[in-house]
Amino acid sequence: MTKEERIENLNRLSGTDVRKCMKCGKCSGRCPAFHEMDIKPHQFVSMLEQGKIDQLLQSKAIWSCLSCMACVERCPRGVAPANVVEAVRDTVVRMQGANGIKAEEIPPIVDELIPQQLLVSAYRKYNK
Amino acid sequence: MQRIGVFVCWCGSNIAATVDVEKVAEVIKSEPGVVYSANYQYMCSENGQQLVKQAIKEHNLTGIVIGACSPRMHEATFRKAAEEAGLNPYMVEIANIREHCSWIHKDMDEATEKAIILVRTAIAKVKLNAPLMAGESPVVKRALVIGGGIAGIQAALDIADAGFEVDIVEKNATIGGRMAQIDKTFPTLDCSACILTPKMVDCAQHENIDILSYSEIEEVKGFVGNFSVKIRRKARYVDETKCTGCKICMEKCPSKKGLNEFNMNLNTRPAIYIPFAQAIPNVAVIDPTQCIKLKTGKCGICQKFCGVGAIDYEQKDTFIERQYGAIVVATGFKPIDLDNFNEYGYNDNKDVITSLELERLMNAAGPTNGVLLRPSDGEHPKTITFIQCVGSRDTSGCGKPYCSKICCMYTAKHAMLIREKYPDTQVNVFYIDVRTPGKNYDEFFRRAVEQYGVNYIKGMVGKVYNENGKLMVQGSNLIDNEQVTIESDLVVLAAAIEPEPSVRKIATLLTTSIDTNNFLTESHAKLRPVESPTAGVYLAGVCQGPKDIPETVSQASACAAKVIGLLVKNKLKTNPCVASANENMCNGCSQCANVCAYGAITYEDKEFRLGGGKTEIRRVASVNPAVCQGCGACTVTCPSGAMDLKGFSSKQIMSEVEAICKM
Repeated sequence: MTKEERIENLNRLSGTDVRKCMKCGKCSGRCPAFHEMDIKPHQFVSMLEQGKIDQLLQSKAIWSCLSCMACVERCPRGVAPANVVEAVRDTVVRMQGANGIKAEEIPPIVDELIPQQLLVSAYRKYNK
Repeated sequence: MQRIGVFVCWCGSNIAATVDVEKVAEVIKSEPGVVYSANYQYMCSENGQQLVKQAIKEHNLTGIVIGACSPRMHEATFRKAAEEAGLNPYMVEIANIREHCSWIHKDMDEATEKAIILVRTAIAKVKLNAPLMAGESPVVKRALVIGGGIAGIQAALDIADAGFEVDIVEKNATIGGRMAQIDKTFPTLDCSACILTPKMVDCAQHENIDILSYSEIEEVKGFVGNFSVKIRRKARYVDETKCTGCKICMEKCPSKKGLNEFNMNLNTRPAIYIPFAQAIPNVAVIDPTQCIKLKTGKCGICQKFCGVGAIDYEQKDTFIERQYGAIVVATGFKPIDLDNFNEYGYNDNKDVITSLELERLMNAAGPTNGVLLRPSDGEHPKTITFIQCVGSRDTSGCGKPYCSKICCMYTAKHAMLIREKYPDTQVNVFYIDVRTPGKNYDEFFRRAVEQYGVNYIKGMVGKVYNENGKLMVQGSNLIDNEQVTIESDLVVLAAAIEPEPSVRKIATLLTTSIDTNNFLTESHAKLRPVESPTAGVYLAGVCQGPKDIPETVSQASACAAKVIGLLVKNKLKTNPCVASANENMCNGCSQCANVCAYGAITYEDKEFRLGGGKTEIRRVASVNPAVCQGCGACTVTCPSGAMDLKGFSSKQIMSEVEAICKM
């Protein structure tokens, strides 16, 4: 994959338009895992926008993001930083050749209020 | 035999870069009826117009087609040129080959082909044009100003000073608006009331100004120069002509628990009240939702104590109808509701307030007599944190997508005033960007940082929460790439502003347009910024877009200049492109009258000859050409095809469609 393809892939996986970010930092202002992250939520958005893919893929923060979606909920511009984190995490997992999720591993009883993405993220992290 | 002239404009490179204008002029030459065809770089220029005029005379043209920009730009220009050359101005058609063609296409061949079709279409139409004569309508030399804030006050004073009568219709019990609530004004920090109240008094004393407070617009009929407006004078239960403003009723009223709207509900007021000390008119009003007498029939204390017998519990809403030549809309704004922003804890914490509430807390006439005390316990706040852009620049759907424009400056003002008056107070400001364009504005903001030591933190707040009775403000410090939590005694939210909601109804009554954010739309963003698209209706203040006091005053004065320019005219030329009914085809069904937004259509019984000496009386539609705006709603509604629009007849439209389809 070329760098451009990776950028395009991350944009597609995240499903969010990072150009809409107005650099207000509300995501990082809200993030409960902020202090655990080497790359902060707002930086995920701006680094993807600037194409700093290698740094993103090296990030340790993808394993400390709680996928609580607070940043998504609070963003005034409709950007979803957690989705960018998840896109990076997903890319890293796939590069390792491991698809952490298996359908039969999903517990039979799932609280329907839990965001789908949180579950998926949790499985990926658990399997890393 | 028709003799048509065609003039194709290059518009510099605007058209010529995409459309082969010479080819268009050449091809069009062979169209039946076309006796002259030319192209020129700038047809709207003096030389271009001369070319048109000369051709009309030399070639005896009976109609002309200009292939150029939108008719909104230069239709009037070319009609005037035609008239000067002796051709009826309504024998001019514009083929829009710029906005509809060159600007939206890239391929030269395609664009050229389309331009030829558009010009052909206009030729087909102009062949069916008939000479029209503009009528005249008188101008009522009186203006209406809707809204009595600083915008309405300034517009009214300027119009009245020019010698015209003005009515200010204000929905609240007093004029003054938002500016009356503000403590100090940026960037000079002069007291808002000190500069506003003399203007309010000027309005009250001006012989040409009539203030209709506690009143609302109910109905608007007519058109530019001749508006007829029905105004509801709400029952204030106090005779305006008798009340002296002595306030004894306020003292004696036993129902004192009403929320004081003027003080942003931070304290209470009696059921009968005068909104603030310098209110104009200085007349009491009774809140019927709170008054014991009006609710239960028992009490009547204010009536007993009123020395002049001004209290009238039986008062009802009354209606007056007045005529105006022009209308200024100046309905103002309100801060948005913060229900969508529970992350800032506004609804849960008394000490999280809005900036407008802070204005009242700092104002000498406010609930704390100007001493800054926090609402929860009346203590002096030692750490105050401001949060900017609350609901502004928000495209998530919770707030408003626009910048509210005034918050950066008023927050800098608040921060400085607090540091000046209470130097032991720590003041923090969370901001995304500081936007301070304007004379002495950025200098003002920098003073807050450099001289007053206000702590500006670049970053947005993620949440405000209460921990053991302390407000914790958690947000980003983007410059240091940190997440910070600041313990604060008072949190002030710079809430976005939005147009006063009543503007929606007013826009409907005036048939003027409103954008997705409820701001009224100006006629042209750059060149007609104070005119609404509805002739004779002008816009002042925040109802048109976010703006501060200096801009509002400028816009209000600009409105006044436009209004004066209109009212000095004795007659206005009317648009001759109006509807008319073919009486022989009209079946009197009334459908056209039902759809007419302007009330231009009436019915009359007319006698028609049937032949053989017999006659019959039929009910037929009749259009008042002075009231008709030529919108065409009636022509498409008429089931029998009797209604037609002059200059836009069904025949003309169909011939245009045919010309497009012919290829």
